[in-house]
Amino acid sequence: MGLLDKEFNDSNIVIAKMEDVMNWARLSSLWQLSFGLACCAIEMMAASASNYDFDRFGVMPRPTPRQADVIIISGTVTLKMATRIKRLYEQMPDPKYIISMGSCANSGGPYWEHGYHVLKGIDRIIPVDVYVPGCPPRPEALFEGLLKLQEKIRTETIRTKTKKTA
Amino acid sequence: MNAEEIYNLLKEKFGDSILEMVSDVPTEPIISVEPLKINEVSEFLRDADEFQFDSLMNLSGVDDDNVEKVTNEDETITSKGGTLSVFYHLDSTILKHKITLKTSTNRDNPEVESVTNIWGSANWNEREAYDMFGLKFLNHPSLTRILMPYDWEGFPLRKDYENPEFYEGMKIPY
Repeated sequence: MGLLDKEFNDSNIVIAKMEDVMNWARLSSLWQLSFGLACCAIEMMAASASNYDFDRFGVMPRPTPRQADVIIISGTVTLKMATRIKRLYEQMPDPKYIISMGSCANSGGPYWEHGYHVLKGIDRIIPVDVYVPGCPPRPEALFEGLLKLQEKIRTETIRTKTKKTA
Repeated sequence: MNAEEIYNLLKEKFGDSILEMVSDVPTEPIISVEPLKINEVSEFLRDADEFQFDSLMNLSGVDDDNVEKVTNEDETITSKGGTLSVFYHLDSTILKHKITLKTSTNRDNPEVESVTNIWGSANWNEREAYDMFGLKFLNHPSLTRILMPYDWEGFPLRKDYENPEFYEGMKIPY
């Protein structure tokens, strides 16, 4: 008997496209790098804690970049920190995703004009997948960002997944 | 002990090293001291029985913004003079009195004595003042930048500071 018949006769088999299964697996267990920068990090921690519970979406913090799938840039990126963030990002294994959380990470926020020490947007050094606006964004907003990222991963294919360049 | 008495006692002991006292300020009265005598004066303020200033609450640098702009004959503008200051906010937790010390030094070679050996809390405060204003604290145990990267050029809180265009390949202006 072929697989196609088995799917209906034997409940242990599901037939699906490889891409769909891979994407489903990826988007359902986005392990986040345990990494926070400023006030946005407080909201990010609130999102992880029991009231909001990031783990519902398979997001849980990992203490090393080598086990992380997504890095949430949660706060003001100083130039001194920027060099470290770039290194952390480079240490993450592919496929890797970036959520830029809050005005500071998006564009420098309140430091855009006089912040001699602030990087005006994390996308100047690493490629961002989702921008979450807010100062700081509430956990709900971060969830929206995460769901957008999941949507994005769901539509990835082996052919259209473009090589990311900084 | 009030500020007037503190000033008079200091004047008596250190003479010309104590420059003036300004009382007409909303904060504690400010006593000006020579930058190369500040260590000696501080030690006295901490140890003398009538002062007992056991706590340096804060130490901060200030750019006095008094640079003179001189227009040369060939119409180039050069800056002349100007001072940088350091403020010391002292408190005696024993005698419950407070005073502010101030010392001004010239901008081109801003040398001030360190008081780290007297109040340990001065250590990082002085490093911050060095980081932001380039104030050189003589005899400081490790006068390195504390906030900005070690290879940063210039002192950001000086009034004539100009933002660099790039840092390690990253564009800085918006």
